[in-house]
Amino acid sequence: MQSKKTFLLIAGILFLVFSLGIEVRAEPFRVAVILPSTIGDLAFSQSMYDSLVAVQKEMGPKNFQFNYSEKLYVLADAGVALRDYATKGYDLVIAHGAQYGSVLAEIAPDFPKVSFAWGNSRDNFSSKGVKNVFAFEIHAEQGGYLNGVLAAKITRKGIIGVIGPMNAGDCKMYVSGFKAGVLATNPKATVNITWTGSFSDVALASEAAQTHINAGADILTGAAQIQAGAVGVARQRGVYWLASQADQTSLAPEIVVASAIYEWRPLLRTLVKEIKGGTRGEKVFTLDYSNDSIRMIINQSVLEKALRGKAEKGTEKALLGKTEKDMKEGKIKINIE
Amino acid sequence: MTGFTAIDIFSSGIRLATPYLYASIGENFGQLSGILNLGVDGIMLMGAYAAFFTTVKTGSLVLGLLAAGVVGALLGLAMAFISVTMKAEQGISGIGLYLFGLGMSELLFKKTLGEVQTVAGFAPVYIPWLSNIPVVGEILFRQNVLAYGAFALVPVSWFVLYKTPLGLKVRAVGQNPEGADSLGVSVARVRYLAVTIGGILSGIAGASLSIALLNVFQENLTYGMGFIAVALVYFGGWRLSGLLTGAILFSMVNALQLWAQVRGIKIPSEFALMIPYVITILVLAALAKRRIHAPAALNKPFERGEG
Repeated sequence: MQSKKTFLLIAGILFLVFSLGIEVRAEPFRVAVILPSTIGDLAFSQSMYDSLVAVQKEMGPKNFQFNYSEKLYVLADAGVALRDYATKGYDLVIAHGAQYGSVLAEIAPDFPKVSFAWGNSRDNFSSKGVKNVFAFEIHAEQGGYLNGVLAAKITRKGIIGVIGPMNAGDCKMYVSGFKAGVLATNPKATVNITWTGSFSDVALASEAAQTHINAGADILTGAAQIQAGAVGVARQRGVYWLASQADQTSLAPEIVVASAIYEWRPLLRTLVKEIKGGTRGEKVFTLDYSNDSIRMIINQSVLEKALRGKAEKGTEKALLGKTEKDMKEGKIKINIE
Repeated sequence: MTGFTAIDIFSSGIRLATPYLYASIGENFGQLSGILNLGVDGIMLMGAYAAFFTTVKTGSLVLGLLAAGVVGALLGLAMAFISVTMKAEQGISGIGLYLFGLGMSELLFKKTLGEVQTVAGFAPVYIPWLSNIPVVGEILFRQNVLAYGAFALVPVSWFVLYKTPLGLKVRAVGQNPEGADSLGVSVARVRYLAVTIGGILSGIAGASLSIALLNVFQENLTYGMGFIAVALVYFGGWRLSGLLTGAILFSMVNALQLWAQVRGIKIPSEFALMIPYVITILVLAALAKRRIHAPAALNKPFERGEG
């Protein structure tokens, strides 16, 4: 009898301890991301990875955890990864790439308790009755516009080269914005644009950069992960570079003037808040300069060197202050060509 | 358009042809000996990585080039072992080698370097006096040293293949291995040598990208160039002249379509990108003789005693 009472007492204490433990220990918010390229591409995928790392640092690893799968440019592979993550109890699964839409539309309804997010797009499939997908669209043309203004102020020959991958999606937006920014600042400038037809053909991007420089361009820009090939050539030939999507200063610190980066932290914070608040999808988020989703990183010493002898000062405030203010106030309208 | 002329287009074409020439000449050696190596692209990627990594760590482009050659030789030896000694199906094993090179180069890059970065690669070298010749000098003699090497390799390879005993043996074991064997030629040894030479040249082709033309390494840097190099061997009819024609033609048209885009000529970019492939195929098909010159023993393992 005595031993039975002792046993019940110990069991009761253990039960209290563990139940209190469960109550105190919160589950981390878990995110999974599928990416079309590698996290070290210094462009599209790296921008998302860097933002995830930053959010994890803000919230703490115990409160925010993430996992990722890279190089999922084959849609069948992406579909497998999406399903796999969805079955593993992630709170949010992000399909980071406009190409994933069709696959996501098919998979999301099978996992109604999991939230999905994808971009660049404004379609959250709510018209098809899907309730657990968020869509996000980043206005890359705004970063392009700001870079374009800088390019127009820096160029001495009035010829600027653009190396684009494919004339679609956010790359198309960036290039349209860049051209608009150049011509708004210097209507007489020439903007030459080439498309390599691929997000991965670095060799062709490199040769495109050579072609632009041979055509007289003294400043170049580009989009997507092919930029690395063009930067290598720009560095060799001493031509300035304006980067997009991620900070590329480390690629060529002596020629990278500025980077118009994608900052995904505002989106990630919003998604965490929405999902924790009980909203699983059916929303579209617009990401732009006004909500700090487009950010300029200026390489000050290179900018000053590029402007040497020119009248304007080499600071972001001096060169872009008014433009950035107008952009935040919605006064700058950019047509996507 | 300031100072942008046809000279720039031709010069660009010569530059673009460099990796194709190294890789296709190397593959030509192997195929003439009877071994089909579809792993060229994988060897190029490993060579590109080895050259880039060595250059980053040592600061020496020459060591980088050497590393690419060594890595290429090792992978060529591996292919030779699989195809000649193990007598595995060459097409499949070549694809396996390609996938190995694709994955391993990326894994090594991630683990050792992590992030995309650039190097100061081989810069253009102006050949004294020759580079001042109007037009021709500007096109041919203001290239980087690896481009000079690629074009010099054409006559050197021709001499080796058609004027030396080694070249005779290579062609003999690819055309009639039984006959060569009966005359005391070691078919296996010659094939090993030919495929290893192919591996070295493919490694150097990769280096020409990462430490000369692009000055960067990234995953899948070659983007299928190795397969185009293999195709150039077929389309060139296993002749160095055909191979050279194909490489230059393909590269020139690529340079031309880039020029057209820069000039703002209104053709769809997708069409412009397709043109180099279509034109190269059409021209080489038209120039090819009716008789096919494929080595008779290509893609056939040799077993002494088999008829």
